[in-house]
Amino acid sequence: MKERVAKDHIIRRVIAKILIPFIQLYALYVIAHGELGPGGGFQGGVILGSSIILYVIVFGIEEGRKRISQKVSDTLTSTGVLLYAGIGVLCLLAGGAYLEYSMLPLPTHKLASGLGIYGIEIGVGITVAAVMITLFFETARREDD
Amino acid sequence: MIDFLLLLFLVVCAIAAIRMKDLLSAIMILGVYSLIMAVVWTRLNAVDVAFTEASVGAGITTMLLIAALSRTKRGEEGNRQSSISRRSLAALLVVLVTGAVLIYGTIDMPNFGDPNAPANLHVAPRYIEKSHDETGVENFVTAVLASYRGYDTLGETTVIFTAGICVILLLRRKSEQ
Repeated sequence: MKERVAKDHIIRRVIAKILIPFIQLYALYVIAHGELGPGGGFQGGVILGSSIILYVIVFGIEEGRKRISQKVSDTLTSTGVLLYAGIGVLCLLAGGAYLEYSMLPLPTHKLASGLGIYGIEIGVGITVAAVMITLFFETARREDD
Repeated sequence: MIDFLLLLFLVVCAIAAIRMKDLLSAIMILGVYSLIMAVVWTRLNAVDVAFTEASVGAGITTMLLIAALSRTKRGEEGNRQSSISRRSLAALLVVLVTGAVLIYGTIDMPNFGDPNAPANLHVAPRYIEKSHDETGVENFVTAVLASYRGYDTLGETTVIFTAGICVILLLRRKSEQ
Protein backbone atom coordinates (compact mmCIF):
# COMPACT_ATOMS: atom_id res chain seq x y z
CA MET A 1 0.00 0.00 0.00
CA LYS A 2 1.55 3.27 -1.05
CA GLU A 3 -0.21 5.32 1.55
CA ARG A 4 1.38 8.66 0.84
CA VAL A 5 0.44 8.47 -2.81
CA ALA A 6 -3.06 7.35 -1.95
CA LYS A 7 -3.59 10.28 0.42
CA ASP A 8 -2.88 12.73 -2.36
CA HIS A 9 -5.57 11.40 -4.67
CA ILE A 10 -8.50 13.70 -4.04
CA ILE A 11 -10.81 11.87 -6.46
CA ARG A 12 -10.36 8.57 -4.63
CA ARG A 13 -10.86 10.21 -1.25
CA VAL A 14 -14.01 12.07 -2.25
CA ILE A 15 -15.57 9.07 -4.04
CA ALA A 16 -14.78 6.78 -1.10
CA LYS A 17 -16.26 9.22 1.39
CA ILE A 18 -19.45 9.42 -0.66
CA LEU A 19 -19.69 5.65 -1.22
CA ILE A 20 -18.81 4.25 2.21
CA PRO A 21 -21.92 5.42 4.11
CA PHE A 22 -24.17 3.94 1.43
CA ILE A 23 -22.28 0.63 1.43
CA GLN A 24 -22.59 0.46 5.21
CA LEU A 25 -26.29 1.31 5.11
CA TYR A 26 -26.77 -1.44 2.54
CA ALA A 27 -24.83 -3.89 4.73
CA LEU A 28 -27.12 -3.15 7.69
CA TYR A 29 -30.13 -3.54 5.40
CA VAL A 30 -28.87 -6.95 4.23
CA ILE A 31 -28.33 -8.13 7.82
CA ALA A 32 -31.72 -6.89 8.95
CA HIS A 33 -33.53 -8.07 5.84
CA GLY A 34 -32.24 -11.66 5.83
CA GLU A 35 -35.55 -12.95 7.16
CA LEU A 36 -37.51 -11.63 4.19
CA GLY A 37 -35.21 -11.80 1.20
CA PRO A 38 -31.83 -13.08 0.12
CA GLY A 39 -28.93 -12.19 2.35
CA GLY A 40 -28.38 -12.38 6.06
CA GLY A 41 -25.70 -11.99 8.69
CA PHE A 42 -22.89 -13.52 6.67
CA GLN A 43 -23.35 -11.51 3.48
CA GLY A 44 -24.14 -8.32 5.38
CA GLY A 45 -21.08 -8.77 7.56
CA VAL A 46 -18.88 -9.24 4.51
CA ILE A 47 -20.26 -6.06 2.93
CA LEU A 48 -19.78 -4.12 6.19
CA GLY A 49 -16.21 -5.39 6.42
CA SER A 50 -15.44 -4.47 2.82
CA SER A 51 -16.70 -0.90 3.33
CA ILE A 52 -14.08 -0.46 6.05
CA ILE A 53 -11.44 -2.17 3.90
CA LEU A 54 -12.27 0.35 1.16
CA TYR A 55 -11.58 3.11 3.69
CA VAL A 56 -8.25 1.52 4.60
CA ILE A 57 -7.24 1.10 0.94
CA VAL A 58 -7.94 4.76 0.20
CA PHE A 59 -6.75 6.42 3.42
CA GLY A 60 -4.06 4.00 4.57
CA ILE A 61 -3.68 1.56 7.44
CA GLU A 62 -2.69 4.10 10.11
CA GLU A 63 -5.73 6.27 9.37
CA GLY A 64 -7.93 3.14 9.32
CA ARG A 65 -6.65 2.02 12.72
CA LYS A 66 -7.61 5.43 14.11
CA ARG A 67 -11.22 4.71 13.11
CA ILE A 68 -11.30 1.04 14.16
CA SER A 69 -8.63 0.40 16.74
CA GLN A 70 -7.05 -3.01 17.21
CA LYS A 71 -8.81 -3.37 20.54
CA VAL A 72 -12.23 -2.66 19.06
CA SER A 73 -11.91 -5.06 16.12
CA ASP A 74 -10.50 -7.82 18.35
CA THR A 75 -13.33 -7.40 20.83
CA LEU A 76 -15.97 -7.39 18.09
CA THR A 77 -14.51 -10.62 16.65
CA SER A 78 -15.50 -12.54 19.76
CA THR A 79 -18.61 -10.47 20.55
CA GLY A 80 -20.51 -11.94 17.59
CA VAL A 81 -19.81 -15.57 18.49
CA LEU A 82 -20.64 -14.84 22.14
CA LEU A 83 -23.94 -13.24 21.10
CA TYR A 84 -24.82 -16.32 19.02
CA ALA A 85 -23.83 -18.80 21.73
CA GLY A 86 -25.40 -16.57 24.39
CA ILE A 87 -28.80 -16.69 22.69
CA GLY A 88 -28.44 -20.49 22.73
CA VAL A 89 -27.77 -20.40 26.47
CA LEU A 90 -30.75 -18.07 27.00
CA CYS A 91 -32.92 -20.70 25.31
CA LEU A 92 -31.52 -23.28 27.73
CA LEU A 93 -32.30 -21.02 30.70
CA ALA A 94 -35.84 -20.52 29.38
CA GLY A 95 -36.38 -24.27 29.54
CA GLY A 96 -35.87 -25.23 25.90
CA ALA A 97 -33.12 -27.03 24.05
CA TYR A 98 -29.95 -25.19 23.00
CA LEU A 99 -30.86 -22.68 20.24
CA GLU A 100 -34.59 -23.52 20.53
CA TYR A 101 -35.60 -19.90 19.95
CA SER A 102 -39.35 -20.42 20.31
CA MET A 103 -38.88 -21.09 24.05
CA LEU A 104 -37.58 -17.56 24.69
CA PRO A 105 -39.90 -15.75 27.11
CA LEU A 106 -41.84 -13.60 24.62
CA PRO A 107 -45.61 -13.32 23.96
CA THR A 108 -45.78 -15.72 21.01
CA HIS A 109 -43.56 -18.58 19.87
CA LYS A 110 -43.37 -17.12 16.40
CA LEU A 111 -42.16 -13.74 17.66
CA ALA A 112 -39.63 -15.42 19.96
CA SER A 113 -38.31 -17.55 17.12
CA GLY A 114 -38.13 -14.60 14.73
CA LEU A 115 -36.30 -12.43 17.26
CA GLY A 116 -33.91 -15.25 18.15
CA ILE A 117 -33.01 -15.69 14.50
CA TYR A 118 -32.63 -11.93 14.18
CA GLY A 119 -30.22 -11.94 17.12
CA ILE A 120 -28.00 -14.69 15.79
CA GLU A 121 -27.90 -13.05 12.34
CA ILE A 122 -26.57 -9.89 14.01
CA GLY A 123 -24.03 -12.02 15.87
CA VAL A 124 -22.85 -13.66 12.64
CA GLY A 125 -22.65 -10.23 10.98
CA ILE A 126 -20.51 -8.71 13.76
CA THR A 127 -18.03 -11.59 13.79
CA VAL A 128 -17.75 -11.84 10.00
CA ALA A 129 -17.24 -8.08 9.59
CA ALA A 130 -14.64 -7.92 12.38
CA VAL A 131 -12.72 -10.95 11.09
CA MET A 132 -12.63 -9.58 7.53
CA ILE A 133 -11.29 -6.25 8.80
CA THR A 134 -8.70 -8.05 10.93
CA LEU A 135 -7.61 -10.28 8.02
CA PHE A 136 -7.05 -7.22 5.84
CA PHE A 137 -5.25 -5.19 8.51
CA GLU A 138 -2.92 -8.06 9.38
CA THR A 139 -2.24 -9.21 5.82
CA ALA A 140 -1.66 -5.90 4.03
CA ARG A 141 1.87 -4.56 4.07
CA ARG A 142 2.70 -1.42 5.97
CA GLU A 143 5.04 1.32 4.91
CA ASP A 144 7.63 0.49 7.55
CA ASP A 145 8.01 -3.16 6.42
CA MET B 1 -28.31 -19.41 -24.91
CA ILE B 2 -27.39 -16.98 -22.15
CA ASP B 3 -26.40 -19.91 -19.93
CA PHE B 4 -24.11 -21.22 -22.63
CA LEU B 5 -22.50 -17.78 -22.99
CA LEU B 6 -22.02 -17.48 -19.23
CA LEU B 7 -20.39 -20.90 -19.00
CA LEU B 8 -18.17 -20.01 -21.95
CA PHE B 9 -17.09 -16.82 -20.14
CA LEU B 10 -16.37 -18.88 -17.02
CA VAL B 11 -14.04 -21.18 -18.95
CA VAL B 12 -12.34 -18.23 -20.63
CA CYS B 13 -11.83 -16.50 -17.26
CA ALA B 14 -10.47 -19.67 -15.66
CA ILE B 15 -7.94 -20.20 -18.46
CA ALA B 16 -6.98 -16.51 -18.49
CA ALA B 17 -6.42 -16.52 -14.71
CA ILE B 18 -4.09 -19.51 -15.00
CA ARG B 19 -2.17 -18.15 -18.01
CA MET B 20 -1.73 -14.63 -16.61
CA LYS B 21 1.81 -13.83 -15.47
CA ASP B 22 0.88 -10.64 -13.66
CA LEU B 23 -0.63 -11.83 -10.37
CA LEU B 24 -2.70 -8.68 -9.83
CA SER B 25 -4.42 -9.27 -13.18
CA ALA B 26 -4.98 -12.92 -12.27
CA ILE B 27 -6.68 -11.87 -9.02
CA MET B 28 -8.92 -9.41 -10.85
CA ILE B 29 -9.88 -12.08 -13.40
CA LEU B 30 -10.76 -14.41 -10.53
CA GLY B 31 -13.06 -11.66 -9.24
CA VAL B 32 -14.73 -11.50 -12.65
CA TYR B 33 -15.03 -15.30 -12.58
CA SER B 34 -16.89 -15.11 -9.26
CA LEU B 35 -19.16 -12.37 -10.52
CA ILE B 36 -20.15 -14.46 -13.56
CA MET B 37 -20.65 -17.42 -11.25
CA ALA B 38 -23.00 -15.25 -9.17
CA VAL B 39 -25.05 -14.59 -12.32
CA VAL B 40 -25.13 -18.34 -12.99
CA TRP B 41 -26.46 -18.95 -9.46
CA THR B 42 -29.13 -16.31 -10.05
CA ARG B 43 -30.10 -18.07 -13.28
CA LEU B 44 -30.50 -21.25 -11.21
CA ASN B 45 -32.82 -19.34 -8.79
CA ALA B 46 -30.31 -19.70 -5.94
CA VAL B 47 -30.26 -16.02 -4.98
CA ASP B 48 -28.82 -16.53 -1.50
CA VAL B 49 -25.88 -18.45 -2.91
CA ALA B 50 -25.49 -15.84 -5.65
CA PHE B 51 -25.39 -13.11 -3.01
CA THR B 52 -22.70 -14.94 -1.08
CA GLU B 53 -20.69 -15.61 -4.24
CA ALA B 54 -20.86 -11.95 -5.26
CA SER B 55 -19.93 -10.54 -1.84
CA VAL B 56 -17.38 -13.16 -0.77
CA GLY B 57 -15.99 -14.47 -4.05
CA ALA B 58 -15.96 -11.31 -6.09
CA GLY B 59 -15.64 -8.81 -3.25
CA ILE B 60 -13.76 -9.74 -0.12
CA THR B 61 -11.61 -12.57 -1.54
CA THR B 62 -10.27 -10.24 -4.21
CA MET B 63 -9.38 -7.63 -1.59
CA LEU B 64 -7.73 -10.15 0.74
CA LEU B 65 -5.70 -11.62 -2.13
CA ILE B 66 -4.57 -8.13 -3.12
CA ALA B 67 -3.58 -7.54 0.51
CA ALA B 68 -1.59 -10.77 0.48
CA LEU B 69 -0.05 -9.76 -2.84
CA SER B 70 1.19 -6.51 -1.28
CA ARG B 71 3.59 -8.66 0.78
CA THR B 72 4.95 -10.61 -2.18
CA LYS B 73 6.13 -9.92 -5.70
CA ARG B 74 3.70 -8.92 -8.36
CA GLY B 75 4.96 -11.27 -11.07
CA GLU B 76 5.61 -14.98 -11.14
CA GLU B 77 9.12 -16.24 -10.43
CA GLY B 78 11.20 -17.98 -13.05
CA ASN B 79 10.36 -19.08 -16.55
CA ARG B 80 7.27 -21.09 -17.14
CA GLN B 81 8.00 -24.49 -18.64
CA SER B 82 7.05 -24.25 -22.27
CA SER B 83 8.05 -27.78 -23.33
CA ILE B 84 5.64 -30.60 -22.63
CA SER B 85 7.21 -32.79 -19.98
CA ARG B 86 6.16 -36.29 -19.00
CA ARG B 87 4.75 -34.96 -15.74
CA SER B 88 2.43 -32.52 -17.45
CA LEU B 89 1.17 -35.33 -19.70
CA ALA B 90 0.41 -37.43 -16.61
CA ALA B 91 -1.41 -34.46 -15.07
CA LEU B 92 -3.45 -34.03 -18.24
CA LEU B 93 -4.38 -37.71 -18.15
CA VAL B 94 -5.54 -37.48 -14.51
CA VAL B 95 -7.62 -34.37 -15.29
CA LEU B 96 -9.23 -36.01 -18.34
CA VAL B 97 -10.10 -39.21 -16.46
CA THR B 98 -11.51 -37.28 -13.48
CA GLY B 99 -13.55 -35.08 -15.82
CA ALA B 100 -14.91 -38.13 -17.67
CA VAL B 101 -15.92 -39.77 -14.37
CA LEU B 102 -17.66 -36.58 -13.21
CA ILE B 103 -19.56 -36.25 -16.49
CA TYR B 104 -20.50 -39.94 -16.29
CA GLY B 105 -21.82 -39.24 -12.78
CA THR B 106 -24.14 -36.47 -14.00
CA ILE B 107 -25.92 -38.77 -16.46
CA ASP B 108 -28.03 -40.30 -13.69
CA MET B 109 -28.86 -36.98 -12.07
CA PRO B 110 -32.48 -35.77 -12.21
CA ASN B 111 -33.26 -32.79 -14.43
CA PHE B 112 -32.92 -29.29 -12.98
CA GLY B 113 -36.05 -28.37 -11.02
CA ASP B 114 -37.57 -31.86 -11.27
CA PRO B 115 -40.24 -31.96 -8.50
CA ASN B 116 -39.79 -35.73 -8.15
CA ALA B 117 -36.03 -35.53 -7.58
CA PRO B 118 -35.01 -37.20 -4.30
CA ALA B 119 -33.69 -33.90 -2.94
CA ASN B 120 -37.12 -32.33 -3.38
CA LEU B 121 -39.05 -35.16 -1.70
CA HIS B 122 -37.27 -35.52 1.63
CA VAL B 123 -37.20 -32.43 3.89
CA ALA B 124 -37.92 -29.74 1.28
CA PRO B 125 -41.76 -30.06 1.46
CA ARG B 126 -41.60 -29.67 5.25
CA TYR B 127 -39.53 -26.46 4.93
CA ILE B 128 -41.86 -25.04 2.30
CA GLU B 129 -45.07 -25.89 4.13
CA LYS B 130 -44.17 -25.32 7.77
CA SER B 131 -41.02 -23.20 8.10
CA HIS B 132 -42.96 -19.94 8.30
CA ASP B 133 -45.15 -21.21 11.15
CA GLU B 134 -42.34 -22.98 12.95
CA THR B 135 -39.63 -20.34 12.78
CA GLY B 136 -41.46 -17.07 12.14
CA VAL B 137 -39.25 -16.00 9.23
CA GLU B 138 -40.36 -15.87 5.63
CA ASN B 139 -37.18 -16.76 3.78
CA PHE B 140 -36.76 -20.57 3.71
CA VAL B 141 -33.02 -20.29 3.36
CA THR B 142 -32.72 -18.15 6.49
CA ALA B 143 -35.10 -20.50 8.33
CA VAL B 144 -32.96 -23.51 7.43
CA LEU B 145 -29.63 -21.81 8.16
CA ALA B 146 -30.58 -20.11 11.40
CA SER B 147 -33.15 -22.46 12.90
CA TYR B 148 -33.24 -26.00 11.50
CA ARG B 149 -29.48 -26.00 10.99
CA GLY B 150 -28.65 -23.52 13.75
CA TYR B 151 -25.80 -25.68 15.10
CA ASP B 152 -24.13 -25.74 11.69
CA THR B 153 -24.27 -21.96 11.40
CA LEU B 154 -22.86 -21.60 14.92
CA GLY B 155 -20.04 -23.91 13.84
CA GLU B 156 -19.39 -21.86 10.71
CA THR B 157 -19.27 -18.64 12.70
CA THR B 158 -16.80 -20.29 15.08
CA VAL B 159 -14.66 -21.35 12.09
CA ILE B 160 -14.51 -17.73 10.88
CA PHE B 161 -13.71 -16.59 14.43
CA THR B 162 -10.92 -19.18 14.63
CA ALA B 163 -9.52 -18.01 11.29
CA GLY B 164 -9.39 -14.45 12.60
CA ILE B 165 -7.67 -15.53 15.82
CA CYS B 166 -5.11 -17.58 13.86
CA VAL B 167 -4.26 -14.63 11.62
CA ILE B 168 -3.84 -12.41 14.67
CA LEU B 169 -1.56 -14.98 16.34
CA LEU B 170 0.55 -15.66 13.25
CA LEU B 171 0.83 -12.31 11.51
CA ARG B 172 0.44 -9.59 14.13
CA ARG B 173 3.69 -7.87 14.88
CA LYS B 174 4.86 -7.88 18.47
CA SER B 175 5.81 -4.21 18.55
CA GLU B 176 2.19 -3.17 18.19
CA GLN B 177 0.96 -4.90 21.31
